Amino acid sequence: MPMPVPDLEVQYTKIFIDNEWHESCSGRKMPVHNPATGDLLCEVEEADTEDVDKAVQSARAAFQLGSPWRCMDASDRGLLLNRLADLVERDRLRLATLEALDSGKIFLMAYFVDLMATVKTLRYYGGWADKIQGKTIPVDGEYFTYTRHEPIGVCGQIIPWNFPVMMFAWKIAPALCCGNTVIIKPAEQTPLTALHMACLIKEAGFPPGVVNVLPGYGPTAGSAIAHHMDIDKIAFTGSTAVGKLIQKAAGDSNLKRVTLELGGKNPNIVFADCDLEYAVEQAHSGLFFNQGQCCLAGSRVFVEDSIYEEFVCRSAEKARNKVLGNPLVPGVDQGPQIDQKQFDKILELIESGKKEGATLECGGGPWDRNSLFIQPTVFSNVTDDMRIAKEEIFGPVQQIMRFRSVNEVIQRANATHYGLAAGVFTNDIDKALTVSSALQAGMVWVNCYNAMSTQCPFGGFKMSGNGRELGEYALQEYTEVKAVTIKISQKNS
Amino acid sequence: MLRIVLSRTLPRISGISNCQYSAAAIPVPSAQPEVHYNKLFINNEWQDAVSKRSFPTINPATGEVICQVAEADKADVDKAVKAAREAFRFGSPWRRMDASDRGLLLSRLADAIERDTAYLAELETLDNGKPYAVSYSVDVPMVVKCLRYYAGWADKWEGKTIPIDGDFFCYTRHEPIGVCGQIIPWNFPLLMQAWKLGPALATGNTVVMKVAEQTPLTALYVASLIKEVGFPPGVVNILPGMGPSAGSAIASHMDVDKVAFTGSTEVGHLIQQASGSSNLKKVTLELGGKSPNIIMSDANMAEAVEQSHFALFFNQGQCCCAGSRTYVQDTIYDEFMERSVERAKSRVVGDPFNLKTEQGPQVDEEQFKKILGYISSGKREGAKLMCGGGVAADRGYFIQPTIFGDVQDGMTIAREEIFGPVMQILKFKTLEEVVERANDTKYGLAAAVFTKDIDKAHYISSGLRAGTVWINCYDVFGAQAPFGGYKYSGNGRELGEYGLDNYTEVKTVTIKVPQKNS
Repeated sequence: MPMPVPDLEVQYTKIFIDNEWHESCSGRKMPVHNPATGDLLCEVEEADTEDVDKAVQSARAAFQLGSPWRCMDASDRGLLLNRLADLVERDRLRLATLEALDSGKIFLMAYFVDLMATVKTLRYYGGWADKIQGKTIPVDGEYFTYTRHEPIGVCGQIIPWNFPVMMFAWKIAPALCCGNTVIIKPAEQTPLTALHMACLIKEAGFPPGVVNVLPGYGPTAGSAIAHHMDIDKIAFTGSTAVGKLIQKAAGDSNLKRVTLELGGKNPNIVFADCDLEYAVEQAHSGLFFNQGQCCLAGSRVFVEDSIYEEFVCRSAEKARNKVLGNPLVPGVDQGPQIDQKQFDKILELIESGKKEGATLECGGGPWDRNSLFIQPTVFSNVTDDMRIAKEEIFGPVQQIMRFRSVNEVIQRANATHYGLAAGVFTNDIDKALTVSSALQAGMVWVNCYNAMSTQCPFGGFKMSGNGRELGEYALQEYTEVKAVTIKISQKNS
Repeated sequence: MLRIVLSRTLPRISGISNCQYSAAAIPVPSAQPEVHYNKLFINNEWQDAVSKRSFPTINPATGEVICQVAEADKADVDKAVKAAREAFRFGSPWRRMDASDRGLLLSRLADAIERDTAYLAELETLDNGKPYAVSYSVDVPMVVKCLRYYAGWADKWEGKTIPIDGDFFCYTRHEPIGVCGQIIPWNFPLLMQAWKLGPALATGNTVVMKVAEQTPLTALYVASLIKEVGFPPGVVNILPGMGPSAGSAIASHMDVDKVAFTGSTEVGHLIQQASGSSNLKKVTLELGGKSPNIIMSDANMAEAVEQSHFALFFNQGQCCCAGSRTYVQDTIYDEFMERSVERAKSRVVGDPFNLKTEQGPQVDEEQFKKILGYISSGKREGAKLMCGGGVAADRGYFIQPTIFGDVQDGMTIAREEIFGPVMQILKFKTLEEVVERANDTKYGLAAAVFTKDIDKAHYISSGLRAGTVWINCYDVFGAQAPFGGYKYSGNGRELGEYGLDNYTEVKTVTIKVPQKNS
């Protein structure tokens, strides 16, 4: 059983530009706290507009035609990504400890889930680098035509605090695999693993300027990236509210390409013919994983009428048995919420649930005074018009609703602006195929939940975002297609 | 890519010669590497042949025996096929493994080979005779790259979901074919092994591989690495043995699902027939060539001479894609000939373990005699011997770099694959003429054209019936780019994404649904 690194000292707290560590232009720093204890972990340099400008200059230079990065064999880009994966494996304990301290997530989860996904993602895209292929195309006329799949250029990437290092890998891997250069802003709540990754990026041998890491705040550094006239593309993962700002900023500035991974209010549909205990367990982890702080959280559990009472009873039991505590200690299931703002928002929504008439089965408030821990909470008899049924809570609060028929549940599941994921539990092949086809969601799980793998594309319908991450599909988002047509004297098939 | 590998591995040297290596960049080799493995490798175990027979493998630089190697025959092939079939059973560890983990195993194999580069290069040079500087800086690194390339494909080889008519959900699975027989040649022992194992294992097949009797040693060492890095037993089985016995047993085996063969066109015919006579196993073939190398008058003369020299003489002339018909446009013929002769005369022939050596011995006595026979025919049929033409040393199988001029298309040396350091230079006048003459062969493996003119380059490359056409370069290979022959040079493609097709069975699954929606 892996153990957290004791007395971990934070090594990297500066801004990473051009493979060097910089202080902020403004001189300002940001505090970084441990949400489990409230302690100050360290201060980190705070990037703002000027730092973004510096980083863009560096990334642009690294992208120049004829630069080491542009001239590198694609297979060598892949090799660098694989080396980075090796280094992450080497530093896995350290990264997992840092991640748990900075984000409050359970250490063993960080080690076995977040870090494993990080390594696998880097290796997966390491493998794609020299397999990104254009085509030769039989156009009409005396021409030889082919496409080049070129990198887009300088890519701005803004990532959230719920899976800091994993989100970092999801963003840089496809971007670098396709030959882009990157400016990445980790969340202000959780910059530490990103900065350690910066150090490994340099150690792996990426040329200067290829990856630049700028800790900072959304309204300042994030906004500077979204509005920048010399950034060619922006990828953002975070709330739908900010996603809209990013899209507007792109339209307002240079029409940079935009991909967004936003929120969700994901339906998890449980039919009476499922394996009940298994479905309860999957629905439970589908909601409560990562303290409920997942865009994929199955936060509307639709249960068929005939098994509803039993399902609610078992779900509440499971929730009550959750162990809260120090994320570094084995045996703890749930850590704190990330910060005070999230904590307050979740409690407010819990109160709305009570006020609007949902039945509180368990939990319903803070775990203790002066901390960011919230009791695992289950609401039953939730109706579709309640706030807890419509708004993304991003906390350990499960909503269980009743349904009667297939068509009804499909219609209700789809009645949302979101469309990120969905689950279906049934043994009936027809129901499984019908419902999964009908749901407006980028990922549909049948008899499982949160089953993710690097090879499989991930992304949202509707206001849950646009574009896909992971899998081969992600490559499209980091590629510009150039068609080249050469006049020839005689075309032959 | 061979050339690029050389220039990137070594410090830049002025002048374009590919074969002058800075001794400082390559470690001094041991000329007597120890042989650790000389038995059959079945089910991750080392075994004697059922018959207990063994055969000698020879050092072609000296003619001396290196060691005895267990000789596989039909009974051993049966054992290996059983092991491979068991490893391929539905529900086996290999079948159940995550595709990404198959990729990881291939990656680890690449790492282990990279770790043992110096030793493998020594063993390859000892058994095959190719210069150590080349084994070290070309063969082994290309092996590593090929395995890493296919490691990357393992979890990216995707089927499709398909919008067919009717209330159906339809998709394809890209499944492995099953037990794959692979028969590889002696000219690039390690590299040919990697070209075969990479795509076969990435896609989830199991393998029974017969290695060439002239050069079994490096493949057997790699077998030990295959076990070391963790491939399950039975996934790869390696059998040293003879073509007519072990090779034939594989080609006619009723429980081998596919055979991939690289070697002579003559044996290629036999393999195809054997498949038809047995269980219709899928067949892919990489056979011989008589590849045309066309030099237009506007070519960069120095580059063209050097590349043409490399195109023929690389690997002692023992390349299926050797540029063995050099067509030179008449207006530059004399100058090209003069420079080519000068270059051939300066080619350093000698002990392959000497880092200055460019050309080692031919692989064995049979090849040695055959090549000398072709040289005789050239003289007899009236080609003009410009340099070389005979034996280069008292022992071992060394032949002088040889050039024939005034070669006519009908001569034996212009039609048959020599597989030795014998260059044929022919004269042509016009574009249309040379394309026609270049295509006038049963082969179709590779071709090249040297010209500055974008239109000529395109016209010729479109017109040549060859699986690879190089423009202003030769022998550029990459794991990413498909390689294979038209006509008698073979069927199917190796390398690249295309290489995966030959190791895949596509299964279409169609499920009835109550209501199909787009």
